[in-house]
Amino acid sequence: MDLVLTEEQTLLQKAARDFVAARAPRSRLRKLHERGESFSRELYREMAALGWLGLVVPEAHGGAGLGARYLMVVLEELGKALAPEPVLSTALVAATALVHGANDAAAKEHLTAIASGERIFALAHDEAGGRFGLGAIDTDARAAGGTVTLRGEKVHVEGGAIADTLLVSARAKDGVALFVVPRDAKGVRVTPERRIDGRAAASIALDGVEVSSDARLGDPEKGQRLLERALDAGTIGLTAEMLGSMLGAFEMTLEYLKTREQFGVPIGSFQALQHRAARLFSELELARSAVLYAHGVLDGLDEGASVAAAASLAKAKCSDVAMRVAYETVQMHGGIGMTEEHDAGLYLKRARVAEMTYGDAAYHRDRFARLHGF
Amino acid sequence: MTELDDFRGETRAWLEENAPPSMRTPARTSEELCWGGTKVTYPKDVVRWLEVNVERGYTAPTWPKALGGGGLDRARAKILAEEMSALSLRPPLIGFGLSMIGPLLLQEGSEAHQKRHIPPIVRGEIRWCQGYSEPGAGSDLASLQTKAVRDGDAYVLEGSKIWTSYADKSDWMFILVRTRSDGRKQDGISFLLMDMATPGVTVKPIRLISGASPFCETFLAGARVPCENLVGEENRGWAIARALLAHERTMIGDIFKEQGDRERLVAAARAHVGEDGARIADPILRDRIAALEIEQTCLDLTLQRAKDAARAGHKPGHESSIFKLVGTELNQTRRDLMCSVLGLQSLGWEGDGYEADELKATRDWLRSRGNTIEGGTSEIQLDIIAKRVLALPGA
Repeated sequence: MDLVLTEEQTLLQKAARDFVAARAPRSRLRKLHERGESFSRELYREMAALGWLGLVVPEAHGGAGLGARYLMVVLEELGKALAPEPVLSTALVAATALVHGANDAAAKEHLTAIASGERIFALAHDEAGGRFGLGAIDTDARAAGGTVTLRGEKVHVEGGAIADTLLVSARAKDGVALFVVPRDAKGVRVTPERRIDGRAAASIALDGVEVSSDARLGDPEKGQRLLERALDAGTIGLTAEMLGSMLGAFEMTLEYLKTREQFGVPIGSFQALQHRAARLFSELELARSAVLYAHGVLDGLDEGASVAAAASLAKAKCSDVAMRVAYETVQMHGGIGMTEEHDAGLYLKRARVAEMTYGDAAYHRDRFARLHGF
Repeated sequence: MTELDDFRGETRAWLEENAPPSMRTPARTSEELCWGGTKVTYPKDVVRWLEVNVERGYTAPTWPKALGGGGLDRARAKILAEEMSALSLRPPLIGFGLSMIGPLLLQEGSEAHQKRHIPPIVRGEIRWCQGYSEPGAGSDLASLQTKAVRDGDAYVLEGSKIWTSYADKSDWMFILVRTRSDGRKQDGISFLLMDMATPGVTVKPIRLISGASPFCETFLAGARVPCENLVGEENRGWAIARALLAHERTMIGDIFKEQGDRERLVAAARAHVGEDGARIADPILRDRIAALEIEQTCLDLTLQRAKDAARAGHKPGHESSIFKLVGTELNQTRRDLMCSVLGLQSLGWEGDGYEADELKATRDWLRSRGNTIEGGTSEIQLDIIAKRVLALPGA
């Protein structure tokens, strides 16, 4: 596996950078929040028109079938600008589950809707009893005739408050399974969670929701693996977004070090700050390698490598570095970094959410150890 | 079959036929490898493995054939490396000749320099050392004071060098000397090639806290070095030295790693703190080991990324400083962690109460404290990153 971008990926990166600078700069986030909105559906549709939402969707279903490395490039640029559009949950997590688990008819219907930007998906998996990872699934899936009845409570569903379609993990008689559930199905109750990053998370109650047995993804024995695969894809994609956010915060901080003057000189001329900035740079370089590698493994570029181990490697590293960069961003900005009007706080709040989403560093270090036999 | 496939097949057959079985196990430390030179006697298999490779120029696969190299293009050199690694073969020869002064002479040296020095490097006949640091010039290397004064057809050297790796085992030294004292200190430095057998050169090993002596002091009292041994122009040696240092820093990120490090640490943890099912029983120790291995993997991937980028045509820059910075600290963490795992068994200096591996772990830990000092301290690396990569303003 080569750990460099291809020429095509570099072109996509530039296009994404230009688009984000023109249409989704960081300043937009404040305007959204002022209007009480968590994202822009209009902008989301524009992203679909650019082909971003179909990067991992097979060509047969309206996508480009190019792979996770391409989506990584886009997620990084979105992360830099803290863009809250639900690209990750829909175009990577849901798309992965559907590509690997849906029958032809379902794949056609849902993947086409993903690539076109028509429908937003969210993975409803976490429950109050669990912590990270596969966790404890108490949501019950009872089959009778041609229908399945879902009952349970999901929490911390990323994008849950804006999703059109949910992928719900539940326990069936023959094992763990994922079910495709329309948001407007009878018995689905969505309660938005107000989080520090302003994104549209939600708690979702499933109160005897009836879906057709066709809504189930994957064979009984594959259900757990499918869920794990979707979670790993989400973990890996999230590290790309995190890397972008770290870079955005770091660039902003470097700029400040070069322009803010105290004692008659730029504060960036002080060695105490120079060395800390250099440490952050070195951490970012390491994080970037892990992110690039993990997306390559997800794309199957290294046949011997485990997707789960690559996901844990990248997430353990990125969770640590994200917090370190965010804390240093606030500290090096001094007082202004603590104010509501400055963007340092936006980076810090998003870093905290991303750090824990799909498992924090300690969880992934433990998982990495287990996957490596110790 | 393409020509490259033919080359691969032929190379594999040749390696299988010629590699002694003892060379098909990875060396644990670089001490077990061949550094060449006239002052060390190597085991029979090591010598034989060197000789068969020399015959084909495979100690330096991409160097010109006329100078003893293999004359391979990049694609073939990559195939050779892959086939060597597939058979777990040790490199037939390592050292500063192949990794530093050789590439430099191929780039900057005169034809006469190349003809004289490259073939003995390729054949492992001459071992090189690097004369940079001085007692008064450590981190501030450009303030070096060893004087070289022209006298007829030679420079006469007066002064001393310190922290010269393996000076006592080397035949030649590439050395930085002061040829001008006025003006900017960087503008009075020249780069010379010096035979260690020159009268007036004496070497004294330095004993470290680990008990080993990998470094020496080198004293220069009226040593005459022929003017023809000047590389580049007089007073323009600093740029050459800096380019070599950047190269050294890329190398050094990798250099402390030993084959089987992870397995040894995990096995020692199982043995000393016990197991809980298949897992290391102590979750705190397990977390520290996992953190170390994750960091190591990230560094390995970053080194690979730099190589991939170089192959794609990007020039290596000052980013190499991060390899030195991270690689050395990782090695310190690893050696420290190993002592934590061994507990009281890591306190032995010598004697029967301690296993050989335990004594080695202790010495390795002590030795590792120098990693963030030698080859440019961590603080110097941070300065380089801050100023040259991040373009932060000077104080």
